[in-house]
Amino acid sequence: MTTNIFDAPVPDTSSSTAPVLRATDLSKEFFGVRVLHGVSIELYPGRVHGLVGENGAGKSTLMKILAGVYQRDGGTVEFNGEPVSFSHPVQAMDAGLATVFQEFNLLPERTVAQNVFIGREPRRGGLVDQKGMVTRTAALLKDLGIDFIDPAARVSRLSVAEQQIVEITKALSHDAKVISMDEPTAALAGHEVELLYAIIRRLAARGVAILYVSHRLREIFDLCDEITVLKDGAFVSHTPAAELDTAELVRLMVGRSISTYFPSALEGTVPGDTRLQIRGGGNDWIDGIDLQLRAGHITGLAGLQGAGRTELAEAIFGAAPFTRGTLAIDGREARITSIRAAVRSGIALITEDRKAQGLALGQSVLNNALLAVRSVFSRRFAAAAAALPGVLNTLELSSRGTDQEVQFLSGGNQQKVVLAKWLLTKPRIVVLDEPTRGIDVGAKVAVYQLIRELARDGVAILLISSELPEVIGMADTILAMHDGRIVAQLPAGSSEQDVLAAAVAAPIGGTP
Amino acid sequence: MNVIRTLLSPRGAVFLLLAGLLIAVTVISPSFAEPGQLIRFIQRVAPIAIVAIGQYFVIVGGEFDLSMGSLITAQVVIAGNLIGQDAGRIFPVLALMLVLGVLVGLVNGLLVTLLKVPSFIVTLGMMLALLGGVMYWTGGAATGNPVDSFRQLGRGGIRGVPVIEILPYSVLVMAAVLAAAIWLTRTSFGRTVIALGDNPRAVRYAGARSWWVTTSTFVISALTATISGILLVGYAGVHPKVGQGYEFIAITAVVLGGVVLGGGRGWVVAAMAGAFALEALFTLLNFAEVPSTLRDGIQGVIIIAAVAYSASPLGGAKRKAAPPAPPQTSPPDGKEPVAPAHLGS
Repeated sequence: MTTNIFDAPVPDTSSSTAPVLRATDLSKEFFGVRVLHGVSIELYPGRVHGLVGENGAGKSTLMKILAGVYQRDGGTVEFNGEPVSFSHPVQAMDAGLATVFQEFNLLPERTVAQNVFIGREPRRGGLVDQKGMVTRTAALLKDLGIDFIDPAARVSRLSVAEQQIVEITKALSHDAKVISMDEPTAALAGHEVELLYAIIRRLAARGVAILYVSHRLREIFDLCDEITVLKDGAFVSHTPAAELDTAELVRLMVGRSISTYFPSALEGTVPGDTRLQIRGGGNDWIDGIDLQLRAGHITGLAGLQGAGRTELAEAIFGAAPFTRGTLAIDGREARITSIRAAVRSGIALITEDRKAQGLALGQSVLNNALLAVRSVFSRRFAAAAAALPGVLNTLELSSRGTDQEVQFLSGGNQQKVVLAKWLLTKPRIVVLDEPTRGIDVGAKVAVYQLIRELARDGVAILLISSELPEVIGMADTILAMHDGRIVAQLPAGSSEQDVLAAAVAAPIGGTP
Repeated sequence: MNVIRTLLSPRGAVFLLLAGLLIAVTVISPSFAEPGQLIRFIQRVAPIAIVAIGQYFVIVGGEFDLSMGSLITAQVVIAGNLIGQDAGRIFPVLALMLVLGVLVGLVNGLLVTLLKVPSFIVTLGMMLALLGGVMYWTGGAATGNPVDSFRQLGRGGIRGVPVIEILPYSVLVMAAVLAAAIWLTRTSFGRTVIALGDNPRAVRYAGARSWWVTTSTFVISALTATISGILLVGYAGVHPKVGQGYEFIAITAVVLGGVVLGGGRGWVVAAMAGAFALEALFTLLNFAEVPSTLRDGIQGVIIIAAVAYSASPLGGAKRKAAPPAPPQTSPPDGKEPVAPAHLGS
């Protein structure tokens, strides 16, 4: 059981080796939506294979199929030359195909050793051999070149990076031949990233095949021997890393025409005064935010997952307020330290996750739509209640009356209820975080139209989206965020390539 | 069809159950249906119905109040000991009781909302603290006996009413509390309470002062316990056992009324009907000569059955899709882990 991979001779990593894992023509649907189709990938011992693509390209789905989390709808997977089909992650792990997810599978109140050997504790005389477990964990850690983690320490006392190492150690204890990693650096600090690099190189040198999923193109180029690009669930390319540069990779990731359903600015839209001005704003998640939102002006905010876009929205909205910098509304300095204060100041946030923060699903359309007004502007309640039918009409909400519970509405109609809720507060600054996520095209167009109308009426708008065409199609100014900072400002009509390059690149212009 | 569906849903089933129980009681003891008997039944249930109404607001808002029974006991003992035979003290002591009620509700609510202690624990602690205070004061024995004019509130009524002869004050009080409760559920406050029980994050993200809304529900529940205590002084007398177990009876009644534990769904009238159904059941068992010592056991079975029923597909209650709110200190609510600000290099 203790066999560890390091006893094996270092395999020949030249291209003549057979792949340890070969997935062919994988496909997967969720509720009739194709999220993966015709995707093939081969992993070779001792090589690091980068998997890249925009949000929603299918990277995570592919990984989860390989890990046994999802069942594929079509295609084949061969592992060590044998066709396999894992119905549970534990099966995959036992077979030697380990996955380090972003969310760790560790029990915080158990020790490192107990976590590494969970479910397969070595026994002696019918009892768990605690001492042996610690010794063997220490040996595994030593093989990784790690001497600062105590196998007997409780996991809850470890840093995120150390916990990740425990996950990798767990994979090794299963004698993993393949280790996939999903955005492994997402939660690591700079020096920890270097440590992870070292571990990955060490694993590769010992003949483990690594599947490395990341948004950070620099890491991909630093680590990977070959790169597979996915887009919209489909295979785009598979190329040796040496034959690519950043610009070419970005082109492969995007390479799509801008959709045509973005309405153009309405007549009478005039960019006006500055409504919101932030200078040097920051908190635990974002830093150095300089942002200006003007009346009648749509500011688009692009960036990859974890870039800090939602955190910026929540800071403006007072849900996780700025702790540094200054904020002025209509030229007057303001302190937004709570959601209530933000709403009072005329700020509205259409949250990214409408089921979590946007709606009380068991309540009626009416009560959801009136929630913000009645909570904050009780004196305007009667007027808002009277205006509600008109607003719902404008949004073309289709429901069986305002008494219907919102949980029975489609995603698009639910989003319209959220929009109605904020329109009734008569906001002057509207932040929309992924406003078209999970809604149908018709509702998307309605949302775009509404954004244009708000702009015409002098509202300042911040539009956050992972959909680059959306940002480019709607925004008058495009900002790119990376690692909690705004790293670039681009004019309207910039190409997707430019925006994505700005969003994945290191900060421009010499930030510390 | 719709009527049948409503009656079978947790929201309507309680009325069906109540009607069935009342008919059963009448079959066993035909005199029960006489107006005079019926009004006495209502009078007996009134203190329970009132606490059920109070508990309704707390439960539909997503919390629990276990301190109601002890608060009733405390109020009964206060009234018995401080009013004594001096009718002039009635109003000052009543004022004191109301202040105590509000205070208990505020403490419960603020501990739950500001210190984030689960309401189950806070009100359990309050229950023991109040009970301990009462025991310390009375030594566990029945003490004090307020003037008859005060006790009339619980036991007396308006005489000479046609058909029913006497209209008990407690029935009037209950009607007033119910009317106020129905009105309250239709106000912005009431709607916000229910939304809070459904999805507290959505309410917070709408800019509501959710801490204050939740605290208010605890104040309401403490006030109903106070009112119930006032009625019970007259009806049951002064003894440290009066009020015991009322928190549990109230929760059972509310659940029986189809109010979803965890909040977000339920009707206050049904909660009150739950109290009546519960008492009708006990009356039935009484007439059927089932030993009264079984009462607690039966109540336990009922509360489990009622919750199971409302959770079943037949009950039709949809579970809330929203995930539980993370602790306040967590990073903003993205699904992806948040990268520290200075990452990469």
